[in-house]
Amino acid sequence: MNTPGDPVRFTNRRSVPLASVPLFSCETFAEMIAAAVTAGDRIISLFGLPEGTDRLRLIVVLGDDESGRLQALSALVDQRHPSLSAACRQASRFEREIAEQCGAIAEGHSAAKPLRRHAPDHMPAAWRAETRDREAYPFSALAGDEVHEVAVGPVHAGVIEPGHFRFQAHGEEVLGLEIMLGYQHRGVERLLETAELNRAVLIAESIAGDSVIAHASAFCGVVEALARSHKSPRAQAIRGVALELERLANHIGDLGALSGDIAYQPAAAYFGRLRGECLSLLLLTSGNRYGRGLVRPGGIAFDVPSAMANEVGERVERLREELRPVAGLFFDSPSVQSRLEGVGVLSADACRTHGLVGPVARSCGVARDVRHDFPYGVYRFVQIPVATAWAGDVHARALVRWLEIQRSLAFVVEQVRALPRGNLRSPCGPLTPDALAVALEEGWRGETVHVAVTDESGRIRRHKVTDPSFHNWKGLELAMPGNQISDFPICNKSFNLSYAGHDL
Amino acid sequence: MLDWLCTRLAQPTATVPISRDLISLPERFRGRPSLSCDASTEASERPFSVPSAVIRTDARRLPLLDVGACLFSPEEMVDTPECRISFTRDYRMATSTRDGLVSRTGELELAQALEERTRRLFGRSLRLRSVAAGSCGGCEAELVALGNVVFDLSRFGIQFVASPRHADGIVITGAVSANMRDALERTYSAVAEPKIVIAVGACAISGGPFVGSPEVLDGVPSSIPVDLWIPGCPPHPLTLLDGMLRILGRLEGGDR
Repeated sequence: MNTPGDPVRFTNRRSVPLASVPLFSCETFAEMIAAAVTAGDRIISLFGLPEGTDRLRLIVVLGDDESGRLQALSALVDQRHPSLSAACRQASRFEREIAEQCGAIAEGHSAAKPLRRHAPDHMPAAWRAETRDREAYPFSALAGDEVHEVAVGPVHAGVIEPGHFRFQAHGEEVLGLEIMLGYQHRGVERLLETAELNRAVLIAESIAGDSVIAHASAFCGVVEALARSHKSPRAQAIRGVALELERLANHIGDLGALSGDIAYQPAAAYFGRLRGECLSLLLLTSGNRYGRGLVRPGGIAFDVPSAMANEVGERVERLREELRPVAGLFFDSPSVQSRLEGVGVLSADACRTHGLVGPVARSCGVARDVRHDFPYGVYRFVQIPVATAWAGDVHARALVRWLEIQRSLAFVVEQVRALPRGNLRSPCGPLTPDALAVALEEGWRGETVHVAVTDESGRIRRHKVTDPSFHNWKGLELAMPGNQISDFPICNKSFNLSYAGHDL
Repeated sequence: MLDWLCTRLAQPTATVPISRDLISLPERFRGRPSLSCDASTEASERPFSVPSAVIRTDARRLPLLDVGACLFSPEEMVDTPECRISFTRDYRMATSTRDGLVSRTGELELAQALEERTRRLFGRSLRLRSVAAGSCGGCEAELVALGNVVFDLSRFGIQFVASPRHADGIVITGAVSANMRDALERTYSAVAEPKIVIAVGACAISGGPFVGSPEVLDGVPSSIPVDLWIPGCPPHPLTLLDGMLRILGRLEGGDR
C-alpha cells in the first residue's frame, strides 16, 4: 500500500479498476481532499468499504464541475481515525454516515451524531460497535429564559413522510433548527448489494418514489459501466424524455404545493391538475404514473412508437399552453411575490461550503447541473441551459423551477419529434471484477449518485447511493434561523426534500 | 382579477365521475395481475424467476397468486407453455382481508362494506390520519393526489386530518421500519374507538421491494388489525378511491 501516485481520473458512467484507486495514509488522504475542495472540486461520494476483517477502506469520489472530471482516491483506516471534516466541511455528513454504517470513529468530528439511527451494516468483521438506542439523539439546545423549543414529527400534520424537526425559538423567531431523520430507513444499500439484478432494479426504483427515473437511471448507469454495455441512441433519448417528464411533474407539483401553502387556491388547483397530466404521460409510456418499469439495465423496457411519440408531443404542447397563464397567476401576483421574497434565504457561500446541489444551489447562483457539467446519455448531444437565480429565497427556488419547467417542455417536444433509431435494450453481461463505477444523474431534486464496487468474481460488493436530499437537508437547517416559525412550511416546501432518499 | 377570471374560465371540468363502471386507463397500465396455469403440473416443477413473492404455493404445491406481494413490474410477467402471469387494466383490487388478495387466478373478492354501526358512523364523513413508516414516498404522493381536482376525495366526505385525535382511522404506507414502529403504534392507539386501518401499497401489505431487510417488519405488524388492504406499487389513485368507497358501502354491487 501507500503507492504514492495521482488520484485515478475518469468521467461520469465509466468504471476504473479498483487497483488504480491509489491508497494513502489517513492524514495524506484528508489533506488531498481538502486541497482538491479548495481548488474547486466537490465531494461527490465518500464511503467505507470493509477490507479484510479489521480495516476499512475509505474511498472518495471528487468532481470538478468546470471540467466534468471525476477523481477517486482512498485510505485504509483503523476503527479510530482522525476526522476529515475538520479540514473539509463537505465531508461532515459523509463521516457521520460512515460512522453509522461501518462503526468507525472519526476523532475530532464536531457533530458526531447519528444520521439514520441504525446498527452498522458495513462494519469490518472484527470491529465491535456499541449498541445505541434508536430513540436517543443528542439535540443541541439553547439556554435562556425566553428561549423555547418546538418539536414536530415524526408524524406530521399533512400527508408527508416522517421526520423530526426541533426548533429553538424566541417568540416567533427561529434561532436554530435541527432535523433528525432515519424514520424511513429500510436498509436499501445492503439490499442492493445482496439482491439479484432483476430485483435490485426494483429496489433502486423505490429509493425515492418521486425520483424513480433518476435513481433507476443512476443504478443502471453503474451496472452498464461495469458490464461495458452501450445503450442505443433511442434508449438514451427515451430515458431523457422520461427524466424530464419526472422533473416536470415534480416541479409543477411543487409550484402547486407552494400556492396551497400560501392559501392561493386557484393556482394550487390548476398546477395540481397539470402535474397529473405529466404523470399521465409517464403512465402512457411506461404503464405506471411514476415511470416504474421503464428504465432497465442496457436500455429501456418499453418503446415509444411513432403514434405514441406524436401523442406525447401534442399533449406536452398543450401542457405548455395551459401552464403559461397559470404560472402568470402565480409569479405576477404582488401578494405572492411579497409572501415568498426574502423568506428562507440561503447564501451561495453556504451552498459551496456544504456542497449543496440541484435547484437549491442554482437558486443561489451556484450553477451546478449534472446534465451540463458531467454530460451523459442524450445530454451529450442536446444541451439544456442551466437555470439559475441569485436571491436564494423561497421565491428564487420557485423561479428556478419555473425556468426549468419551460426548458424541459422544450426538450421533450424536440426529442419526441425525432426519436433516433436503435434497439431498446443492449445485452448487459457479467460485471467487470474488482472495479469501481460512478454514475451521476441530474434528477429533479439535483445530483443523484450511485457508486458500485465489484469483488473478484464480479459481484457487487458495495453499492453507495447519495440522493440530493442527503446534502440539501443541511440547507434547510441553514435557511431557517431568523425566519418565523410560521414560515417553516413554505421554506420546507420550497426545498421539498426526500426523507426516503436521505434515509435509504 | 381579470386574468384570474380568464384563467378560471379556461379550466376544464377535470373531476372523474366515479360509478360502478370501469374507467379506461392506457393500454400499458399494469393493473390487477392474472394467473393462468396448466393445473396438471406442480409449482415446484415450474422455474419462476420473478423478483417478488407474487407467486406462492398452497399445501398441494399448486401455484397461488398473491396480489398483495405484487410489485406490478414488467419482470413479474411470465409467459411459459404451462403458466402465464399478465397484468389486466382493472385497477380495482382492494380487499377486506389479507387472504382475500391471494387466489388461484388473480380474481379477487373485492372489499365488503364495514359492519352496519361503523358504516353509519363513517359512511358520509371519514377522517383519516396518514402514517408513512418506511416507505419510498410513492404511496403518499398518490394519497396527496387524491386531494386534487381530478380525484377530489373530499366530495365523498373523506378527508385527511392533522392529528390522530381528530381521525376515525389511519392509513399506513411503507414496510414499517424499525425506527417508525413505535410512532406507528402510538399513532394507532391515539385514535378513538371505533377506528379503521387501511394498509396501502405492497410495502405495507408484504414488505414490497424491501421484504427481508432487517430494518423493516415486512409490513403492518399483526398488533394492528387492518380493515382494508389496497395493493399497488404505488396504487393508482382510482384503486385507492375504489377501495375506500367500497368499505363505506358507496359502491355496492360491483360486477364481480
